[in-house]
Amino acid sequence: MIKFRFMIPPWMFWMAVLLVAPQALCGGERVDPTLVPSILAPESAPAHSISHVAGFVLETTGGIFVVVAGLLVYVVVRFRRRANDDGVEPPQVYGSGPVEAAWTTVPFLIVVVLTLTTARVIQQVQDAREPASAVDLQVIGHQWWWEVRYPKLGIVTANELHVPVSQGGERRPSFLDLRSADVVHSFWVPRLMGKIDLVPNKINSMWIEPERPGLFLGQCGTYCGTQHAKMLLRVYADLPQDFDRWVQQQKEPAENAPSVAAGRLVFERTACINCHVIGGAGDRRFGPDLTHLMSRNTLASGALSNSPALLRAWIKSPEQFKPGVLMPTMNLSDSDLDQLVAYLTSLK
Amino acid sequence: MNGTSNMGRISGVVPLAAEDKTVLHTLHAWLVTVDHKKLGLMYIIYGLGFLVVGGLEATLIRFQLIAPNLKFIGPQAFNQLFTMHGTTMVFLVGMPLIFGFANYLVPLMIGARDLAFPRLNAFGFWLSALGGLLLYFSYIGGEGLSGAGSAPDVGWFAYAPLTAKAFSKGHSTDYWTLGILVGGFGSIATAANIITTICCMRCRGMGLARMPLLVWLYLIVCGMVLIAVSPLTAAQIMLLLDRFAGSHFFDTQAGGSAVLWMHFFWIFGHPEVYILVIPAFAFASEIIPVFSRKAIFGYPVMVGATCAIAFVSLGVWAHHMFTVGMTSTGNTFFVVSTMMVGVPTGIKIFNWLGTMWGGKLRFATPMLFSIAFLFQFLIAGLTGIMLACAPWDWQLNDSYFLIAHFHYVLVGAIVFMIFAAIYYWFPKATGRLLSERLGKWHFWLFLIGFHMTFDTMHFAGILGMPRRIYTYEADRGWGTLNLICTIGVVFQIAGVLIMSVNVLRSLRKGKLAGSDPWDAWTLEWSTSSPPPEYNFVEIPAVKSRRPLWDLKHPTDPDWKYE
Amino acid sequence: MSATTDTVRREPAGGWAPSKGLVGMSCLIIAESAIFLIFVVAYLFYLGKSASGPTPRQVLELPVLNSICLLSSSATITVALRALRRGDTKRFSRWWLVTIVLGGYFLFGTGHEWYRLIYQKGFTIQTNLFGTTFYSLVGLHATHVVIGLLGLLLVMAFAVSGWVKQEHAERTHVLGLYWHFVDGVWVVVFTVVYIIGR
Repeated sequence: MIKFRFMIPPWMFWMAVLLVAPQALCGGERVDPTLVPSILAPESAPAHSISHVAGFVLETTGGIFVVVAGLLVYVVVRFRRRANDDGVEPPQVYGSGPVEAAWTTVPFLIVVVLTLTTARVIQQVQDAREPASAVDLQVIGHQWWWEVRYPKLGIVTANELHVPVSQGGERRPSFLDLRSADVVHSFWVPRLMGKIDLVPNKINSMWIEPERPGLFLGQCGTYCGTQHAKMLLRVYADLPQDFDRWVQQQKEPAENAPSVAAGRLVFERTACINCHVIGGAGDRRFGPDLTHLMSRNTLASGALSNSPALLRAWIKSPEQFKPGVLMPTMNLSDSDLDQLVAYLTSLK
Repeated sequence: MNGTSNMGRISGVVPLAAEDKTVLHTLHAWLVTVDHKKLGLMYIIYGLGFLVVGGLEATLIRFQLIAPNLKFIGPQAFNQLFTMHGTTMVFLVGMPLIFGFANYLVPLMIGARDLAFPRLNAFGFWLSALGGLLLYFSYIGGEGLSGAGSAPDVGWFAYAPLTAKAFSKGHSTDYWTLGILVGGFGSIATAANIITTICCMRCRGMGLARMPLLVWLYLIVCGMVLIAVSPLTAAQIMLLLDRFAGSHFFDTQAGGSAVLWMHFFWIFGHPEVYILVIPAFAFASEIIPVFSRKAIFGYPVMVGATCAIAFVSLGVWAHHMFTVGMTSTGNTFFVVSTMMVGVPTGIKIFNWLGTMWGGKLRFATPMLFSIAFLFQFLIAGLTGIMLACAPWDWQLNDSYFLIAHFHYVLVGAIVFMIFAAIYYWFPKATGRLLSERLGKWHFWLFLIGFHMTFDTMHFAGILGMPRRIYTYEADRGWGTLNLICTIGVVFQIAGVLIMSVNVLRSLRKGKLAGSDPWDAWTLEWSTSSPPPEYNFVEIPAVKSRRPLWDLKHPTDPDWKYE
Repeated sequence: MSATTDTVRREPAGGWAPSKGLVGMSCLIIAESAIFLIFVVAYLFYLGKSASGPTPRQVLELPVLNSICLLSSSATITVALRALRRGDTKRFSRWWLVTIVLGGYFLFGTGHEWYRLIYQKGFTIQTNLFGTTFYSLVGLHATHVVIGLLGLLLVMAFAVSGWVKQEHAERTHVLGLYWHFVDGVWVVVFTVVYIIGR
């Protein structure tokens, strides 16, 4: 028996051990800590604002917790019925005006302070004015992928977006217009900003301002149907020169090498062209724009790595990777499929 | 049975001799009953049954999420599971349980013989039962286009336009809508019944200021049901019109508004969670004083605070919509109202502490659950304040932090107090005590499991894990947390199993309770256990809030001090 | 045991308590008001937001006679109930019948208006947002009129059979309260749809 003020039975001790064991057994998780989308690791101006007010609220509520939980523990210990209790009822106290006034007023004041602080941050983030140096993006949510357009730059891409960093006093935030083509989605990249919904028939807006180059992970934050779980987001924050290089590359016309002309024919001949755009104008947006497919690191809205083998497997049977996906199984012959993949892998 | 000689005084009650009671006869008696005690028990058994079903759904969810990229349950089935889990727990567990306890206790506590409209009472119960049947019939009824069964998979709050015919093919959404619609009518009927009972059938001497707190709180809850369930009814009628008559309420392609559904739903949804939690407050306000051996501290303020909660909670709904793109003014308004509602809620915790202060605490099983309730409701309220801070909600909304918060309320506060209420009033309803030993095992196992699962979820949310995802990537760092969450479920299941064993064994072999096993003070303990069908041999007259205290302490009665 | 516990007759309770029927009906009215309020909110929210199709001004005509009939039925039902309270069952039956006729005319008038809108103007619930909110709000009200009329007809049948007596005044009063509520809702619907909306 481990003896404290209250005796802890052995089974409780073993219970505590069981809590630690799974961790040890799993050997911890091998993850890159810079990728974990923790909201307490803000790396963008609005995320910092949120984190600061969150810290203040946490301190306040933490303080309240310590006081009240402490009182609870004290009461439970101090006023427990002793073994030698005489059975007489304790003095009956029906209330106390001053005490009740005090514990009404103090919480009220705390709430006033919290709301004032919060109101300020809401305004700071929501009503921020867009500087001239900002990059404009339009994000349109689909079931279950992200259409990303840069109207002023004339770029269309999908699922992976590139934005410039704001470093060394030079601000280059990105302002996003959020729309939806079907149901309600939500754009959530925790390290960069809280989530804002993409609501059909409504235009919302948000802004991000990454402060270091690198990859920021996110995903759809509102249930939007079968494959909500795999509507993933990748935001690449680039140094200015890298961002410009990326923009230039995206603006290039689609690759059209004669060696893969057969594959291009497959693309145009079968139903692919009904949903996907490659290098053209047009409004066929049921599926992502594929013009620069090979410039992306993932396929299927982040569900798969971008490799020829996985691309082939995805086209052959999308249902296998994302059950319920709206892209139909095309039932292409093996040779058609090979040609198509050869064409698609040429789209840098 | 006691008082057989008095039965002749009350017309229409002719007890049958024991040998006439076959199983079929007993079954029939329960099926056609309009007695509030039987209906109350039926509601409670119904609710506890669905608690098990909803718990199974949760268990499957947790096992699918125990590690990244598992293929134990596919997305279609998973999405149905979390939809059914949420819908079941709110509408088929929460509502029936609160109405069950109200049904059983309110007439006994106010010295009445039944509810105001006994047949309406039965009607309300059977409507609720029909609602549950309709919802679960979806598993075998209507066809969906994509796969596994056809239970609804739109989430328990069924956002538009995901529920439009275009995005929810088949009839699963219709079963969701109809099941809840029908159940909602039952809730409104029962709420009206309880209000009428409380207003019109209190015994002599029991003015409003002398009602037990449980009765006061139920009066407020039922008022809220009338006002809050109706918006959901209206919204569901609109949804049905959209899906069947081609109207455009939430049809965004024709200019309809997805946000309008959210407003209507949450105008119901937020008061609904207070409707579910205030009965937990009611149980705490009866149980904590008895096991502290003191009167409740600050009765008038407790009533006032609950009225304030009811009133303010009608004005906080859009804190579920901070991410939807309201203006900064709109967001700020709801921050203010939401944080304000924390004040009267917090006051109640202080009043319960004040009740325990200076008392002589007895740690019987009902009290253990009540103390855990205080601790957990405190945390739930504080994470609620965190979520009320809109910028932080932009991060935490629809994440596992949110799930942790509302499960702290729904399980940590409400389910814990349901357990407390079961241990406290089971002796009254059955005449036998539940085993204290098994009760303590139940408590500790469930407590450990609860904290393992839901404490950990807070951290998963902070690490950016959204809700309603059937799997997650390995590179997010959520694996260990999910593992711990799932292990906690095993302990909770163990706790509930032990409670079931306790109940079943004690029904036959429990220690006889007598009319007042806890040395309590309200009217239900003045009659036999179980009470006769007519509740009281003679309707009592009261002079204070604790009539039995007055009887037990003739030199120091309450009415001298109230 | 059969379900015939005697719970209707109140034992000597503490002082005055309100009538159960009135409290119960008031609860129902509160709940129904909340439902109507949501439909009214939807109506006001979508005013002017229809993408196409007829506007209220183009298709709606003020239902003056309808409204007069329905609102005066509130007066006639009051007369009937007062008569019953005094014990004058004949007067009660007469004015009760008048109420039913007035209510029935209202339904007929609404049906006529809808017939004109649907078949002559081609304006249905599917046409646009205005159609959606118009038919649902007015239809919800009309449904409640139907339910009320069914209740009134039931009482009429009892009255004609001679079963309605002075001691039933309280209960009939409860039904009258429902009817007043239905009329009250019409005032709101009329204002929102035909005055504000146009």
